[in-house]
Amino acid sequence: MTMYIRKLLRTTLAAAVLLLSATSLFAAGRSEQTAQRSITLYSGRGESLVAPLIEQFEAASGILVNVRYGGTAELAVLLQEEGDRSPADLYWGQDAGALGAVASAGLLQALPDELFALLPPLYQSERGEWIATSGRARVLAYAPDLVEGFTFPDSIFDLVDRQYRGRVGWAPTNGSFQSFVTAMRVRYGDGRTQEWVEGMIANDAQIYRNNTAIVEALGAGEIAMGITNNYYLLRFLADDPSFPVRQRFFADGDIGNLVNVASIGILRTAEKRDGAVEFIRFLLDTAAQEYFTEMVYEYPVIDSVVPAGVLESFDRVIEVAPEIDLDDLEDLEGTLNLLRRAGAL
Amino acid sequence: MTDTPHRSRRNVTSIPAFLLITPLFIVLAMGVPLSYLVLRAAEADPALLRDLIWRRRTLDLFVNTVLLTGGVLTVTTLIGVPLAWIVTRTDLKGMRWITLASVMPLAIPGYVMAHALLSLGGRNGIAALAGLQVSRPTGLVGAIAALSLYSFPYMFLNVRSAFRSLDPGVEESARSLGYTPAQVYLKVVIPMLLPGLLAGWVIIALYTLGDFGAVALMRYEVFSFAIYTQYAGAFDRTYASVLALILLAMTAGPVILEARLLRSVRYSRLGSGVGRKHRLVHVRGLGRLASWAFIVLVLSASIGMPVFSLLWWILQRPPWGELGRIFELFLNSTAAAVPAAVLAVLLALPLAYARVRYPSRTTMIAERTAYIGYAVPPLALALAFVFFSLRGVPFLYQRLPLLVFAYAMNFLALAIGPIRSTMMLAPRKLDETARSLGYSPQAAFLYAVLPLLRSGVFASFTLVFVMAMKELPLAFLLAPTGFTTLSVAVFSRTSEAQLVDAAPYAAAIVLFSSFFVGLMLKYEGRH
Repeated sequence: MTMYIRKLLRTTLAAAVLLLSATSLFAAGRSEQTAQRSITLYSGRGESLVAPLIEQFEAASGILVNVRYGGTAELAVLLQEEGDRSPADLYWGQDAGALGAVASAGLLQALPDELFALLPPLYQSERGEWIATSGRARVLAYAPDLVEGFTFPDSIFDLVDRQYRGRVGWAPTNGSFQSFVTAMRVRYGDGRTQEWVEGMIANDAQIYRNNTAIVEALGAGEIAMGITNNYYLLRFLADDPSFPVRQRFFADGDIGNLVNVASIGILRTAEKRDGAVEFIRFLLDTAAQEYFTEMVYEYPVIDSVVPAGVLESFDRVIEVAPEIDLDDLEDLEGTLNLLRRAGAL
Repeated sequence: MTDTPHRSRRNVTSIPAFLLITPLFIVLAMGVPLSYLVLRAAEADPALLRDLIWRRRTLDLFVNTVLLTGGVLTVTTLIGVPLAWIVTRTDLKGMRWITLASVMPLAIPGYVMAHALLSLGGRNGIAALAGLQVSRPTGLVGAIAALSLYSFPYMFLNVRSAFRSLDPGVEESARSLGYTPAQVYLKVVIPMLLPGLLAGWVIIALYTLGDFGAVALMRYEVFSFAIYTQYAGAFDRTYASVLALILLAMTAGPVILEARLLRSVRYSRLGSGVGRKHRLVHVRGLGRLASWAFIVLVLSASIGMPVFSLLWWILQRPPWGELGRIFELFLNSTAAAVPAAVLAVLLALPLAYARVRYPSRTTMIAERTAYIGYAVPPLALALAFVFFSLRGVPFLYQRLPLLVFAYAMNFLALAIGPIRSTMMLAPRKLDETARSLGYSPQAAFLYAVLPLLRSGVFASFTLVFVMAMKELPLAFLLAPTGFTTLSVAVFSRTSEAQLVDAAPYAAAIVLFSSFFVGLMLKYEGRH
C-alpha cells in the first residue's frame, strides 16, 4: 500500500513538474515570435479562409501575423472588455454591425484616406474607421421543387403573404439579418419595419440560428424559401453540385437585396499601425480580392477584380441593390429594440 | 450497516488547516466571475432592464428551459443507470469495451450530435434513403434527444463509480436478513446510489441550463438563448450579465437541493481493508438479449450515428493534406486540457474530503461554490477572467497558464462528483485509525483514503479533460494568440459554412478524447 502511494505521489509530482515546465517553455516560445516585426489580428473570419491569405502576406511583407480566431461577436465583446489594454492591432469581422459596435465604443482609429480611394461608392464609409474587405448580397434562397405553384415575391415585404405561411426561414439573431433590418428602418421607418417583422411572425416564419442552418433546412425540404446571404448556398453547391437549392434576388432596388460587407478596422491602441495598414492594403489588393471571390464566392470590393463565374455580375448587383449608406447600418441598438418589441428576439 | 448522521456529527474533530486552504482558495476564485457579473449588471439602466425582462417572452423561455431540463434528466437517468448496472453487475462479456463506448459520447461536440440527428430526417436525410418520409427531429424532442445522447455519460460514470464502490457485504447482509433480491435493490442499493445519482443530476441539469449550441440548432428557444443573443446580437455585456445572474439563480435551486438531500445521507463501509469484488449476476436467455439490445440501441444512437455522419463528411474530401495541422492542433488542445484536468482533480480532492469528513456549513459552502464556475455562462466566465487578469496579472493575460486555470475553474464541479461519491463510500474508520496510529491529517488522507478513490479520480480527470477538449468561448478569448485548438478550428470552419472542412477536426476531437478515455479506463481497471 505504502509502495503504491509513494509511486503514485512520485508519478503525480513528476507529471506536474513536466507539465508546468512544458507549459512555460511553450509560452516562452510564443512570446519570442512577437519580438520580431509582427502584428496581432483578431479574426472573426474563419481559419480555413484566412490562413492561406496570412501565409501570402507574411511571405510578401516579412511581417508575422499572430491571429486569434473566434466568433465575430465574441471578439467584439472581448475588445470592449480589453479596452485600452487590448493587445490587438486589427479586428476583422463578418459584418458591418460588429465593426460599428466596436467603433461606437471608441476603440477604432481613422484609417488612411488612400485606402478608401480604392473602393467604389457602394462600399464607402464616411466615418472612416473601418473598411469593407468583401461584399455579400442578401438573397432569397429556395428549393425549386417546393415552390411550384408559388409566385416568387417581388419584394421582401411580400413574404408576409398567406401563400408563404410557415414556408419561409429566417435567422433573427444573425448579424447580417439584423443589418438588413437596420437598412429597412433607414429606408421605410420603424413603423413599417415593425409591421413587417410582426407580419413574418404571424405568418409562422421558421426561426433558424444562422444562414447555414437555413440553407440546410432548405436542402432537407423543411422550408421552401429562406432569406440569407448569397455565398452560403454557393459553398454548399461547391461541395455537392446536386444540392437541391437555388437562389434569386427580389425585384431591382428592393431592400431585400441589401449588399453587406465583411470589414476590418485598426484598434485605437494598436502599437503596429504601419504593419496593420499594410495588411489592409494587402486585403484590398487584386490577389486577395480574387481569392475572396474565386474561393469563397463573395463580391470583390475593387472594380478591377471580376466576381467568380457562379456569382451574378457586379453590375447586376449594383442594379438590384437598394441605395443604402453603410454608415447608416450602425444603429444596431434601435434594431434590436424593434425586434424585441415585435417579439422576434 | 451505516452509522447515523447524529453519531457522525458528534465524532467530528476540528478540521485540519491544510484542508481549509483549498476551500478558501476556491471561494476566492469563484468570486472572480461572480463579482464581474455583479459589477457589469450594476451598470444596467433599470427602465431598460425592466423592458428586457418583464416580457411574456421571458416566461416562455423559462418554461421551455424547465421542460428541457426535466426531459434531459429523465432520459439520461433511463439510459445511464441501467447501463451502469449492466457493466458493473452482470457477467456479460466485453463490458470493458462497452464502458469505453459509453463514455465516448462525452467527446462528441454538441453541434456534431445535433447535425447527426438532423441528418436523419428530411428529404435528403438518411431515413429518406431507406424510403421513409420523416421530418427532422427539431424542437423540444430534438433538443432533449441531442442533449441526452451526449450527456448521459455523466449519469453513467457517476452511477458506475457508485456501483463499483458499493460494499457487497451490505447487500449480502440485507439478503441474509430476508430481503428478496428486488427488495435489496429498492431498499438498499438504490438509496446507496443516491450520492452518485444526485451528482449526475446536478451536472446534467447545469449543463442543460447552460448549453447553447445543440439547442440553437434544434430551434428550441431557452434561457441561454437570451443570454447569447445579448452578447452576440447586441455586443452587449451589461444586460447579458443581468441575464447570467438570473440563470445562476436558477441553477442555485438544484445545487442547494442536492446539498440538502446529501446531508441526510452518509454511507460507508465499517469493515477493515479494501472492499471485495461483487458477485456478478448471471444473465441468460431473454435477459441477455434485452441487455444487448439496450446496449446496441444506446450506443448506436449516441456514438454510431455521429461517428457515421462525421465519416460521411470526411469521405467527401479526405483530409490527407491536413493531417500534420490536425496533429499540431491536437497538441495545442492537449497542452491546455491535460493540465486543466490535473489541476481540477487536485483541487477537487481536498474539497470533497473536507466536505465528506468534516461536514460543516463552511465546507458545504466551499464545495457548493465550486458549481458557480460551471453554472456561469462560459462567455461571461471568459470575460471575467479577461477583466481581472488584465488588471491584476497582466503578464498572464492570454498565456497558457491562465487558460488552464480558467478551464479548471469552469469544470471543477465535474471533478467533484465522482470523487465525492467514492469518498462517501470509503470507510471512515480507515483514516481515523491512521490518525490514531500517529499519522498527520495529511498523511492519513494520502495513505489511507486516496488509494480508495482511484476510480473516482480517474472519472473526474476524464470528465474535465474531455470537456476542455471541445470547449469554445474560453479558448476564443483566453488562449495565447496564434494558439488554435481543435475546437476553435472546428468552429471557424462551420462559421464559414465549410462543413466538409470542419469534419476532420471534429473527428480528431472525438478520436483523441476517446483514446484518453480508453487509457484512463485501462489504468483504472488495474488492481
